[in-house]
Amino acid sequence: MEATTTSKNSNSNGAPILSVRGLKVYFPISSGKFFVPPIPLKAVDDVSFDLYSGEALGVVGESGCGKSTLGRGVLQLIEPTAGEVVWQGHHLEGLGPKQMILYRRDLQIIFQDPLASLNPRMTIGDIIAEPLTVHYPELSKDERKQRVAKIMEEVGLLPQMINRYPHEFSGGQCQRIGVARAMILRPKLIVCDEPVSALDVSIQAQIINLIQDLQQSFGLSLIFISHDLSIVRHISHRIMVLYLGNVMEIADKLSLYDEPKHPYTKALISAVPIPDPEQEKNKQRIVLEGDLPSPLSPPTGCVFRTRCPIAQPLCAKEKPPLVDAGAKHQVACHFWDADIR
Amino acid sequence: MTKLERPKRQLLRPQSPGHRRWLRFRKNRRGYWSLVIFTAIFIVSLFAEVLSNDKPFLILYQGKPYFPLLVSYPETTFGGDFATETDYSDPYFMELMTTQGGHAFFPPNRHSFDTINRKIDGPVPSPPTWDNLLGTDDRGRDVLARLLYGFRLSVLFGFALTLVGTLVGIVAGAIQGYFGGRTDLFFQRFIEIWGSMPELYLLIIFSSIFQPSILLLLILLSLFSWMGLSDYVRAEFLKGRNMDYVKAAKALGVGNITIMYRHLLPNGLTPVITFLPFRISSAILALTSLDFLGLGVPPSTPSLGELLAQGKANIDAWWLSLSTFMVLVGSLILLIFIGEALREAFDPRKS
Repeated sequence: MEATTTSKNSNSNGAPILSVRGLKVYFPISSGKFFVPPIPLKAVDDVSFDLYSGEALGVVGESGCGKSTLGRGVLQLIEPTAGEVVWQGHHLEGLGPKQMILYRRDLQIIFQDPLASLNPRMTIGDIIAEPLTVHYPELSKDERKQRVAKIMEEVGLLPQMINRYPHEFSGGQCQRIGVARAMILRPKLIVCDEPVSALDVSIQAQIINLIQDLQQSFGLSLIFISHDLSIVRHISHRIMVLYLGNVMEIADKLSLYDEPKHPYTKALISAVPIPDPEQEKNKQRIVLEGDLPSPLSPPTGCVFRTRCPIAQPLCAKEKPPLVDAGAKHQVACHFWDADIR
Repeated sequence: MTKLERPKRQLLRPQSPGHRRWLRFRKNRRGYWSLVIFTAIFIVSLFAEVLSNDKPFLILYQGKPYFPLLVSYPETTFGGDFATETDYSDPYFMELMTTQGGHAFFPPNRHSFDTINRKIDGPVPSPPTWDNLLGTDDRGRDVLARLLYGFRLSVLFGFALTLVGTLVGIVAGAIQGYFGGRTDLFFQRFIEIWGSMPELYLLIIFSSIFQPSILLLLILLSLFSWMGLSDYVRAEFLKGRNMDYVKAAKALGVGNITIMYRHLLPNGLTPVITFLPFRISSAILALTSLDFLGLGVPPSTPSLGELLAQGKANIDAWWLSLSTFMVLVGSLILLIFIGEALREAFDPRKS
């Protein structure tokens, strides 16, 4: 299931539609003692990236690496601790809910758990129409119903299901409802927060293809969060690898999969199963030692050094900056081009 | 056309969670019939004036209808001698009216809650007779009439107190749960302080300062009755505000109040609804016990508690305590059966 959209990738000329600079999201965790200030949990630590119109950016990483927090921080659903989020030239950080509402119609989100993201006491017609009631309260009931029916058809739901309740649908259908709700305002950016990880593999492909179709026909930008590398590979143009809230590598899809520069990315890609027993047998698997360190006390210097197969004394002292390592390829490693074994 | 070709319509109709709960409630026969009986008795008691009164509800006098329940007529209207209000229990006057072509339609029980039966020869409280089916109290007033009016008052009071307490409890709990953090912290401390106030003492103090009235009692009890519920609503809102559909609504730009009203409240109403019958029954019980202590409704108001107190003072007048006891226990049991069935219908493990 290789993507056929590489040609679309070229529209990265011009200004980015979204640029994130130095985004930090810290959660204060109570130290449990009096007079000891709360410890910050660095869920997202100094993440910067640009997103261009019509582009799909994949965000991958282990669970707990801050992928979802990043997505929510961008949408200001979680207030970022620091950093800039610039949407089409407008700063979003620090906006109150009243001002933010102007941008909400352009920025949408699809959630991981399809059923939990739908209010069990509303009919799906009401659920899908809710964005319209907020942003276009002047629409009449009939117009609203027409738009709902139209979007339901676009996402592959039968319009006569409009009066049903979420519990009467399967997971895949619920996710279609979630997509319809996100799409009805014709947004410009959708954050897909692991939209298929709660679904069956056979349904996953349907939803992914639906999102991809919609993305191509409406020129959407996507931030596609997932821990499944093959899905990210299918849908994204560029991929960002996160580890413990830090960017390890950002690169074009092909460049990242063919020549991963960061040892973490290499390990991740080596873990993807190949659907060919011969190749799978001969594949060299890089197994990372140890567990993900606690984000409450991340390692000094490079956060990955505790599990890195090529870690050097320098890694404990200095945090590696994100440096260019080829065309549209950035990597945060001191030794990305060194030959250490 | 064979029978197999027709699918059942009910299966096709979308069912809201509320509708399914109602179906499950109806399956519980005991709870369902308790609701039916309680509602029927309550509706009947709403017409107490027509069922138990010392005035006729209709008089046909010389071809014209009169409604003594609604309008106060002087005796002269019906050919009497005085311009004062008609006393329909005066046998001399009634006979006079009948001879002049008048006919009075009396309620089944010809006593109101404050009618003093002067025809009794013997000490009060007097035992049941055909005139006073459940006897009279220590002032010669009909017990059946007082029970009917007293039940209505108790239930109405229970409804009102529950309504006010529930509304305040929902609002307080919603604010705490939705905003959380510091708001929640301060509110919780306030509730702790407020909850530690001695309610009964306050009632005694207030009833010695102010003229006792139903409204005062309602306000005083409402000040304290919301606290238990606000905790449950707070917990539901704390849970609900982290649900994905609430986050989705926030991402859409839905306002806080709308989120609370449209998303959190309908999903957080389970404890509110399941507690409703229990709250009504405890409100009835609270009013009864305050009346029993003499801190409740003003004297001469029909009340179950006052009847119980009379029953205690006249322990040999069994018709006082027994009938009041039966009414009280009966209505509380019905409410508790309803509550149990509701709780079962709202049980999340069964949906």
